[in-house]
Amino acid sequence: MPSLKSLRTRIASVKATQKITKAMQMVAVAKLRRAQQIAEASRPYADRMSHVLANLARAFEGQVDAPKLLAGTGRDAVHLLVVCTSDRGLCGGFNSSISRLARDHAYRLLEQGKEVKFLCVGRKGHDALKRTFGDLIVEVVELRTVRQIGFEHADAIGKKVLDLFETGGFDVATLFYAHFKSVINQIPTQHRLIPADVPATHATVADSAIYECEPGETEILEDLLPRNISVQIYRALLENVASFFGSQMSAMDSATRNAGDMIKKLTTTYNRSRQAQITKELIEIISGAEAL
Amino acid sequence: MAEAFKFELVSPARLILSEEVEEVVVPGAEGYFTVLKGHAPFLSTIRPGVLAFTGKDGKVARLFIAGGFADVSPTGLTVLAEQAIPVEEFGTDVIARQVADAEAGVKAARSDEAKRIAQEKLDQLKEAVVEIGLVSGSGSTH
Repeated sequence: MPSLKSLRTRIASVKATQKITKAMQMVAVAKLRRAQQIAEASRPYADRMSHVLANLARAFEGQVDAPKLLAGTGRDAVHLLVVCTSDRGLCGGFNSSISRLARDHAYRLLEQGKEVKFLCVGRKGHDALKRTFGDLIVEVVELRTVRQIGFEHADAIGKKVLDLFETGGFDVATLFYAHFKSVINQIPTQHRLIPADVPATHATVADSAIYECEPGETEILEDLLPRNISVQIYRALLENVASFFGSQMSAMDSATRNAGDMIKKLTTTYNRSRQAQITKELIEIISGAEAL
Repeated sequence: MAEAFKFELVSPARLILSEEVEEVVVPGAEGYFTVLKGHAPFLSTIRPGVLAFTGKDGKVARLFIAGGFADVSPTGLTVLAEQAIPVEEFGTDVIARQVADAEAGVKAARSDEAKRIAQEKLDQLKEAVVEIGLVSGSGSTH
């Protein structure tokens, strides 16, 4: 039986923890709302972009001279996995579910005899992957000092991916992030970056107008495709931020509830042992009096 | 009086503008072009420059665009801009940063082709700055 004093200190410490988790939850709620707004505000650009891209890409379908970013290098030997996670923890299964998806994908590729490279965005994903794939990680990008993710950050990552691609570092690039479906539901998602994943469903009759292009279709595509990669990364990062706070919110909510349960249990034990102590003392006094 | 059509200006961060306008002048890669209602479907890259549009009330607004795409479809005009700043808010510090970025781009370019493109962008940017008439007092524009 623990002493009364040790019980008291334990209750106090659990209460302090509960206060922290409660505060973190509230902060996460506030930040989630902002992150959600920003993620939604960025959607029109990405939508229009894929719309234009789909229109242009159809012109190149099946052609040999299509840009490499659209058609691929023709090989499938080296894969680059861009894994976007957060830099901070305390967010439930957020980081581990993204890195698990990436890891499973990597194992599948390795089994098929392909070469795999990693580009980690965010410290937590790097921590999770370096144990198994330490020597395959080519680069780590940390965004810890960044308060609000801007397009320029995504653009910088996009440039790194492109540089690597142009120097023949890989053939296929896949992006991993958590898609923000709702506050309690974030889905780890993989999305192919290179060759560009052009949604075929965009092509409706009204859109299929014949475009005149300036300077030329090839030039525009060459300009558009690299930018599309940055846009996709930007979108993934914003989705990730929203997912992170959603995940943190529910994790902190259950932590607060757990702490509450623990306090209740400890308080019961504390009261019981206090009562037992009093009874014991009373018995001692009474039996002492009777002995006289 | 010209007929109005739908004009949308989007940056990666948000939808900046979505309204009915009469006329838009876009700084296309191969020169300025004007879009009116019923323009043929047309796609063009944009160079850094000034985009001017005339609203339904006849007022002209001017914005600085730092590159992007213009997509003229039968339903309207969509401009995908990397960055768009109203000319009135376009201060010397913004220019200095833009020019510094472009210069860094020229330096970072490895191949001759990339260098040429970056240099072109820098020249276009300087041109746009002169056009806005803010070049005086900004020491970093050389």
